[in-house]
Amino acid sequence: MSAPLLELKGITRHFSAKRSLAEHILGAFGHASAQPKILRAVEGVDLEIRKGEVLGLVGESGCGKSTLARVATGILPPTAGSLAYAGRDVATLSRAQRLEYLLKVQMVFQDPYASLDPRMNVERIVGEALAVHKLAPRGDIAARVEKALTEVGLDPAYAKRYPHQFSGGQRQRIGIARALAVEPDLLVCDEPVSALDVSIQAQIVNLFLDIRAKRAMTYLFVSHDLGIVRHVSDRVAIMYLGRIVEIGPAQEVFSSPAHPYAAALIGAIPSLSRRKRSFEPIPGEMPSPLAPPSGCPFHPRCAHALPVCSERRPVLAPIAPGRQAACHLHAAEAAS
Amino acid sequence: MTSLPRDGAPPLAIDTPIRRRVLLLARRRPTTRGSLLALLALALAVMLAPLLAPQNPYDLASLSVMDNRLAPGEQGMGGITYWLGTDSQGRDMLSAILHGMRTSLIVGVASTAIALAIGVAAGLVAAQFGGAIDSAIMRLVDFMLGFPSILVALVLLSAIGRGVDKVILAIVLVQWAQYARLMRAAAMVERRKEYIEAAVNFGLPTRHIMLAHLLPNSIGSVLVVATISIASAIALEATLSFLGVGVPVTQPSLGLLIANGFEFLLSGEYWIAVFPGLALVALIMSINLIGDRLRRSLNRRAL
Repeated sequence: MSAPLLELKGITRHFSAKRSLAEHILGAFGHASAQPKILRAVEGVDLEIRKGEVLGLVGESGCGKSTLARVATGILPPTAGSLAYAGRDVATLSRAQRLEYLLKVQMVFQDPYASLDPRMNVERIVGEALAVHKLAPRGDIAARVEKALTEVGLDPAYAKRYPHQFSGGQRQRIGIARALAVEPDLLVCDEPVSALDVSIQAQIVNLFLDIRAKRAMTYLFVSHDLGIVRHVSDRVAIMYLGRIVEIGPAQEVFSSPAHPYAAALIGAIPSLSRRKRSFEPIPGEMPSPLAPPSGCPFHPRCAHALPVCSERRPVLAPIAPGRQAACHLHAAEAAS
Repeated sequence: MTSLPRDGAPPLAIDTPIRRRVLLLARRRPTTRGSLLALLALALAVMLAPLLAPQNPYDLASLSVMDNRLAPGEQGMGGITYWLGTDSQGRDMLSAILHGMRTSLIVGVASTAIALAIGVAAGLVAAQFGGAIDSAIMRLVDFMLGFPSILVALVLLSAIGRGVDKVILAIVLVQWAQYARLMRAAAMVERRKEYIEAAVNFGLPTRHIMLAHLLPNSIGSVLVVATISIASAIALEATLSFLGVGVPVTQPSLGLLIANGFEFLLSGEYWIAVFPGLALVALIMSINLIGDRLRRSLNRRAL
């Protein structure tokens, strides 16, 4: 196994939910809790992304996967925990080293309509970081932009056009070209195809695979679409309510999921061969990250819940070589 | 969302540049075209005032008291025809209006430009940095907007005296806060968009993100409000001068001319106050109509 390119240790990200005016006034008189509400988006996540792999990250909306992606790229600072890029703790990096980490770990965003500055043309969008950080001589920027546009399958003649002159799929290609222009090692893709038409989704996914083949690119591929994750990923991590509940090689996790939540998710994938017509929905809704349940965060919805599940939170433990799951069922099996 | 304009011209795209928008609108709407032409004509007349005006109204030697309060169209002692009459000093009203409008426009444009620069900077900083800086700036804005603007300007001017520069200062003081509030609101919306996150991801300096991304994307609506505010700045200046705390007597603006003619209104010599009044109305109305169209063109649902 190759060394981890990016290593997340105990990453936690909280947001303080703003209190309403009424709560402020009540708080001043001691009628409401003085504690500001805390949204626990990501809670103690350990994750390593190995050089050259595609790590899929799946989960329902609101489970914290986008927040985790933003922490990994350095857009959001973690509340607690540490990040190590190429073996070095990001928090201890010098200014220049930190910039290098930021550029090496690039993000591809979900919404191709909000992720490009509407008042800049393509050349400025793609070449901005090169120009501002003086990564390329002024005269070379146009050529670098052209190279990046060609690589993502766009006509370099479009360089002077503005984002509103492109379709959603083309905009997403511009976003990818912008990331590639700074020669990253790791692309963090936050739901990169979920805003696109299905026919375009396949094109963009294939573009990611092409880039992977050509550049030996590493990916953290965040999605709620299990079909796409299964198609692109080497390993997959399943997230629930801010925590990773299962992680392992994609083939194994998809064929025999260990965690009840992973099993339910994967069981819900429509399949042509099985001619499945009915779905077994997971009962209930995901609890609020403002007030996570006690014990295992999944126990209120879990069909196999044991008494211990509401008392103690299971930790991520190895269940097979290269596979980990956070579930008391497996701990019980291992013990017996 | 985008309704077709009545005459079938293509709808404006969301990110059509403001320059093009104004041109398109001017072509589309006769009122807008009319007011744009009127404003251009007024601005031109004002700039060429020393050449166009038959008389230099500030040169007392060229005035003849014998010509005082002549009705419009009457001929004076020197053989000049006073098309808009003369005031009690024998000053040609046409010349006085041209020069007065110059003072009014200078005050309106200069005060709006300065207030805009201060307000936009304050709003941008508040939106970008948030927290205590945001609170400090916005509480100051709330404080400023809590007072009626005419009251603040009156008090300030009675304390520091008259003068074109002082009137500009007073108007800047009462107007910057509204730009700050608008700019902050617009910039807060833009700041949540993913292209700002992308810029953060590239490690671009905060200053660069503010000036190259946030500013151009959030200033549009503020600029539109600023055009309308030029009109209100001119009106405020006229009010202050009319009340006798604005520009000095030696540099009469439209408001001061109206105040001078005010006492003769009831004796039938209407022209001394009415013509400067009409000029003021024409100026303010043409600016307002243009500003209003601009505002509607930005608010795409109301096009």
